[in-house]
Amino acid sequence: MSILELTAVELGKKIKAGEVTAVEAAKAALAQIRAAEDQVNAFVTIDEEGALKRAEEVQKQIEAGTLRGPLAGVPVAIKDNMCTKGMLTTCSSKILYNFVPTYTAEAVLNLEKAGAVILGKTNMDEFAMGSTTETSAYGETRNPWNLDHVPGGSSGGSCAAVAANECFYALGSDTGGSIRQPSSFCGVTGIKPTYGTVSRYGLIAYGSSLDQIGPVAKDVTDCAAILEAIASYDPKDSTSIRRDDTDFTSALVDDVKGLRIGIPRDYFGDGLNPEVKASILTAVEVLKSKGAIVEEFDLSLVEYAIPAYYVIASAEASSNLSRFDGVKYGYRAEHYDGLHSMYKRSRSEGFGPEVKRRIMLGSFVLSSGYYDAYYLKALRTKALIKQAFDKAFASYDLIVAPASPTTAPRLGESLCDPIQMYLGDIYTISVNLAGLPGLTVPCGTDAKGLPIGMQLIGDCFQEKKLIRAGFSFEQSRKYQGPPLAKQWEASLK
Amino acid sequence: MANIISDETIEYVGILAKLELSKEEKEAAKKDMGRMLDYIDKLNELDTSGVEPMSHVFPVHNVFREDVVVNGDDRENMLANAPEQKDGAFVVPKTVE
Amino acid sequence: MSKQYETVIGLEVHVELATKTKIFCSCSTQFGGAPNTHTCPVCTGMPGSLPVLNKQVVEYALAVGLATNCQINQHCKFDRKNYFYPDNPQNYQISQLYLPICHDGYVEIETENGKKKVGIHEIHMEEDAGKLVHDEWEDCSLVDYNRSGVPLIEIVSEPDMRSADEVIAYLEKLRMTIQYLGASDCKLQEGSMRADVNLSVREVGAETFGTRTEMKNLNSFKAIARAIEGERERQIDLLESGEKVIQETRRWDDNKGVSKAMRSKEDAQDYRYFPDPDLVPVEISDEWMERVRAAQPEMREEKMARYQQEFGLPLYDSQILTGSKHLADIFEETVAICGKPKEVSNWLMVEGMRLLKDQDMDTDDMSFSPENLAKLIGLVEKNVINRTVAKTVFEEIFKSDVDPEQYVEEKGLKVVNDAGALRSTIEEIIAANPQSVQDFKNGKEKAAGFLVGQTMRAMKGKADPGMVNQLVRELLMQA
Repeated sequence: MSILELTAVELGKKIKAGEVTAVEAAKAALAQIRAAEDQVNAFVTIDEEGALKRAEEVQKQIEAGTLRGPLAGVPVAIKDNMCTKGMLTTCSSKILYNFVPTYTAEAVLNLEKAGAVILGKTNMDEFAMGSTTETSAYGETRNPWNLDHVPGGSSGGSCAAVAANECFYALGSDTGGSIRQPSSFCGVTGIKPTYGTVSRYGLIAYGSSLDQIGPVAKDVTDCAAILEAIASYDPKDSTSIRRDDTDFTSALVDDVKGLRIGIPRDYFGDGLNPEVKASILTAVEVLKSKGAIVEEFDLSLVEYAIPAYYVIASAEASSNLSRFDGVKYGYRAEHYDGLHSMYKRSRSEGFGPEVKRRIMLGSFVLSSGYYDAYYLKALRTKALIKQAFDKAFASYDLIVAPASPTTAPRLGESLCDPIQMYLGDIYTISVNLAGLPGLTVPCGTDAKGLPIGMQLIGDCFQEKKLIRAGFSFEQSRKYQGPPLAKQWEASLK
Repeated sequence: MANIISDETIEYVGILAKLELSKEEKEAAKKDMGRMLDYIDKLNELDTSGVEPMSHVFPVHNVFREDVVVNGDDRENMLANAPEQKDGAFVVPKTVE
Repeated sequence: MSKQYETVIGLEVHVELATKTKIFCSCSTQFGGAPNTHTCPVCTGMPGSLPVLNKQVVEYALAVGLATNCQINQHCKFDRKNYFYPDNPQNYQISQLYLPICHDGYVEIETENGKKKVGIHEIHMEEDAGKLVHDEWEDCSLVDYNRSGVPLIEIVSEPDMRSADEVIAYLEKLRMTIQYLGASDCKLQEGSMRADVNLSVREVGAETFGTRTEMKNLNSFKAIARAIEGERERQIDLLESGEKVIQETRRWDDNKGVSKAMRSKEDAQDYRYFPDPDLVPVEISDEWMERVRAAQPEMREEKMARYQQEFGLPLYDSQILTGSKHLADIFEETVAICGKPKEVSNWLMVEGMRLLKDQDMDTDDMSFSPENLAKLIGLVEKNVINRTVAKTVFEEIFKSDVDPEQYVEEKGLKVVNDAGALRSTIEEIIAANPQSVQDFKNGKEKAAGFLVGQTMRAMKGKADPGMVNQLVRELLMQA
């Protein structure tokens, strides 16, 4: 087995055992990046020199015994909306085309403490607004399973990079499904943790009340280890939650006996692709055969999640993105006439169409006379959605859902109809509104060979139940990467 | 389409959002926003009377910082990305006539 | 002018709180400093930075609310006020609109027309903006974020004031209250207290308010009074000539004595307030409120009463001394050391006030230590120096806080009580002024006074005048 096919935790063990060095691992990943990037475009920035230098340092610390964690020396890719000191951070937007932060996001700092070697920054939908990674100002990312298809989004770069073996794991962020949906499209595993579990400090905000950073990796074991490393109470983030149950790897147990699983009928009706449906229900059977108790139920309010989400996320985004104005950092228009013209030109030239669309919508729903009708109405809807989940979790340990109604669409198909694209987020968005944790595990492929993911949703702070169920499930189905990943590796030899 | 967005509204939102749209972009924006609002109007089917608007999912409150100076002079870093700077300050087009 | 008009005034007062750090980050609030040297990612609006609330800001806001008889919103939140301007790095200001910390209070003011309550609509917490400096040479402005994020409270009054006098009395009252609480130094000139005036006029007897304008850029009580007069006249002129007052914000130019509308088509004045998702609500428990209430210092009225009762000071003295918290502190600390309230009061009221006036200083600029004033009083009492010398020593204390004991010693200013030395000096003076001796003998009392004066001069003022007087007469008798 080649280095590249190892999971992050497997590689970590080999590095610790002296079978592989951190430098070899970084070199292998960088070589794969060179082989695959022309076709995948998963990265905005690749820091070859920095990664190798860092790998050497980490290797020394591992040998000296000062770094002992399961991820020490393992190369990682970071979504480009997390600030990395000294490394370009663009949010895949022209408006931050030259922004080099002077500070590092807390979650990334936590990874660095665990001995991570950062390879570079991954492509995404501009400011995480999109579900395909096609709204990036730096070109779309392609799905390593089929280059004519999108990887999903917004963390499409992170998920594609993991699938393409360009890194051993990655960090993504999830505001409305941005980790779970592309994980499903790329056949990898991803977790969106409970809101407040991972610090948002240094994560460039899209919808502050919904954004969470989470891991993307080849399997549940990796995700548990990564989440354990990045979860922390951060006094710099007022919405950070103090938890003393972040030993997520302790939940890597193959046992779902007695676990109560709810299947929302409203998630498996019309609009769900039959292949996706069949694949997930087969996966549920696996859990059932292992002793889980499975029941159908009505979640309710499902159709209201998307409109509520677009009001809340756009409103917050319109305000969060007002700081990009050409004054302190980033793009400033070349030609303008006075202050307001400078603002307008810089922003109009710097932001792409989807970002503008959401800023406009957000500004409108907050504007005088509409606040109650739109914004407060959406916050009230959010409260009702949370109540619906509370009720469900009174009866079930977890909920099984699709991560997306379909497998990965072809490139260019989604953007022509924004609302249609927004509808694709129907199974992921309520989780963000209610602050819940969600995990996507690959559970099959469709007739075209495109991956299908199963989403497990837990009550707040119940990541361990997700991890236990996900781990139990994947015992029957070991990770399989896309055939292209092997081809790229072979092309180097 | 139930929501018709006027030129004035798009103009006004452009001022609020500090976005300058071309004629084509404006037309597209009018259409997009109208459709989005039609879709959002679905929320009106829902009876939310008596429901408190929920800003935060968790009832966390009183997250404070002590009043102790920790930060020192970090000007160099704050100005590191400035498109234009002079005498330790950010430069902007003149703000008064 | 045939009609009689009434002026209706409400105030929005911004007060910078005396915290050590900014409201949402750990940068210093210290005044001055080279541009952008007190900044961090939070107060410069860097991407990914997040605010964390300074607890002391809530404490101060709560204290001011309680001292101004406000109701407290025990559940309060922060909202974002969205508008683009370069002094505001995030292009939104974190403030409170929907649930401000305090509401529905009042303060009592006193003017020539008697006592009156001015209602306080609300008090909210918010962050200050940075500073814009307009470049002299190039067509640009420079942005300094040192003040960005300095904590403010905004105190919004009801439209209860009817004259500049009432406005000044209200501001004085707020200033005094806030200074006593130690929540701010409230200096108008330095901008740690800023007042925006909302003003409208209406015919006397009218039931409804007229259209109001908001006046900004008022940096002194005098400017406020002038702006009120100017705006009242402008509005009456408009109404008299059949025009309408437009609701707008105007900027007062105190040099020219005129105001100008601050309108721009880019100012939509639509702030799109919504709860800041980056901050969590503030819950103020009954216990917290009680703790702040219990910790409230003695306010001016109580102090005045106590000074009269406990120290037996006249009303006038207690008014002056409590007119500034700083002065009252110096007074009390000095009394605590030397135990002579009337004596301390005299020094502060007579010599202290004189020097302040001479040097055009504010009471709050007095910076000497109470120990030194107490020592001075002790020196006079023990007759180590006489009052004339003491006044010059006080000047030195006032100027540079010298230790009077050391100063008197170094400069040799002690009263000379050596009867022998004094006697020989007087003998010399008598010998040198035979005419005066003759005059005295002829019954001219003034001649003795002249010789006493001569002696004091020869002794450089250091002799005890009583002793000199006695000795001069004794020796004249013998002459």
